[in-house]
Amino acid sequence: MHMQTEQIRLRHMKTRLLLNQISKFIFMLSAFFGLFFLAVLLVRVVTEGIGSINFGFLTGKLSTQPERAGIMGAILGTFWLMLVVAPVTMFVGVGTAIYLEMYAKKGKLVSFIQTNISNLAGVPSIVYGILGLTVFVRTLNLGNIVLAGGLTMSLLILPIVIVASQEAIRAIPFHLSEASYGVGATKWQTIQRIILPAALPGILTGAILSLSRAIGETAPLVVIGIPALLIPFPGSIMDRFTVLPMQIYYWTLDASLVSEYANLAAATIIVLLVTLFILNATAIIVRNKFQRVF
Amino acid sequence: MNSEFTKTKEVSIRSLIDENQRGNSLRRKTERLIPIGLMLLASLSILTTLGIIWTLLSETVEFFKRVPFLDFFTGTILKPLSQNPEFGVLPLLMGTVTSSLIAMVVAAPIGLMAAIYLSEYASLKVRKVVKPLLELLAGVPTIVYGFFAFTFVTPILRELIPSLQATNILSPGIVMGVMIIPMIASLSEDAMSSVPNAMREGAYGLGSTKLEVTRRVVIPAALSGIISSFVLGISRAIGETMIVTIASGSTKNFTFDITQSMQTMTAYIVEVTGGDAATGSTVYYSLYAVAMTLFVFTLIMNLLARSVSKKFREEY
Repeated sequence: MHMQTEQIRLRHMKTRLLLNQISKFIFMLSAFFGLFFLAVLLVRVVTEGIGSINFGFLTGKLSTQPERAGIMGAILGTFWLMLVVAPVTMFVGVGTAIYLEMYAKKGKLVSFIQTNISNLAGVPSIVYGILGLTVFVRTLNLGNIVLAGGLTMSLLILPIVIVASQEAIRAIPFHLSEASYGVGATKWQTIQRIILPAALPGILTGAILSLSRAIGETAPLVVIGIPALLIPFPGSIMDRFTVLPMQIYYWTLDASLVSEYANLAAATIIVLLVTLFILNATAIIVRNKFQRVF
Repeated sequence: MNSEFTKTKEVSIRSLIDENQRGNSLRRKTERLIPIGLMLLASLSILTTLGIIWTLLSETVEFFKRVPFLDFFTGTILKPLSQNPEFGVLPLLMGTVTSSLIAMVVAAPIGLMAAIYLSEYASLKVRKVVKPLLELLAGVPTIVYGFFAFTFVTPILRELIPSLQATNILSPGIVMGVMIIPMIASLSEDAMSSVPNAMREGAYGLGSTKLEVTRRVVIPAALSGIISSFVLGISRAIGETMIVTIASGSTKNFTFDITQSMQTMTAYIVEVTGGDAATGSTVYYSLYAVAMTLFVFTLIMNLLARSVSKKFREEY
């Protein structure tokens, strides 16, 4: 009798252990599934697009003939767009973070602003596009120029920049600012000369990462109305423009008509991903090299 | 010599003090002005919210002056550009809900299981490599996923399911799911990692296997975080635009058939703004009504996620 229950327990134990092993394997597969997908995506994009990348493609104008089309306009457009987004988000984002962390009294107003910021981070990007279309393009009558697109993108990534900057400022230990106050520095002097320099690597990392988000974002610009037709290279923030993701969008839509457009879209994706990769690598280098642990 | 030295020193100290006071009045002004300036910058985020709500609301009100509220929310036909236009939002809701559901069918189990692996099974070394790589997946622009869904996933799926249309809701749904995996994995992993080890040790002490500890101890303890990651995933899927716009087409189908092309709310917005809807036309206003619906949907989801993670959090 005793032997029997012992046997049952042993058999039971075996199934439990087997189940554990099987599920461990399934869990591992799930963790690597995403990476597998990413690998397939990259291989597919590279094999499809690498053949179209050459000097002419990178420096040429848009063209209706696939073999003559180039993406210089989109590259310049992305560049000009960032020239609006980067300063605006840094100025407003860091300013907001300083106010929330250093000046505002913890209370209802701060928690209201804080909740508001995290809600804004959850608003779909296309809704920002509608805001930009209504306010910048139509009400302020800017039209679909770099400035309007840049301000829209700025609003979109501001919540990310604010939160990253807040975390960077919060990570600065209390005794640094106490020491600064101790030698007679005012609050603003302390912020200017102690807090901001110490928080800069963290702030920059967050800013670069959110810029890469803005570079890859398409939906708000589609809504604002970026033309698919040939436009001259943008030379200032008041010019009309197109960007890399918009070019990918239009070429993908036309890929079912002209199959070469799929290659052009893939080639543009390669350029976009390389740009993002460089930005992200910069962010990681900035973080690892300049971030001090206090 | 000595007296001269004292004299010069006296003068310099006096001038220093004078200068300091002069500087102080300026400095005091800056000290007072800077917080005000910074507060104005901070209020910009509130202004953004007000801007969104005002923009959507004012034009939505205009829309409902032309199209009855009930017709909009119960109408199953959406023909904005026909001679007798009909503005039923249900086809779009159907598209959005279907694509989000397909995405969650992919993302919820795989994301959760990946989180379990990273939090409970993987060694520190593996975790340190896999987690950032998964985050790379989240950093890929959605337009790239759209291209991939349209030119790669759809053709493969059509081999398996011959009745699948060239534009359909299934393929973007699946790809959207993959896009959301890192988000769910990362948030759920955070929730599971913060379950204290003492609880695991207790269950191991009773003779549990790792799977049993995960199922009976870790997941129940981290449930609030896991559910809130699912809700955030749904919210992300609802707001996703480019993948569905490219790969699901613009047919305003009111159907349960996932092999068909269906238009989501986001894709409708892209279609209407991309075409030349004249300002002031009903089509133009319908854009805002749909955007308002989308905004309210995602807002509810985000608030829900926050309240779930707050309310049911077990404090240790």
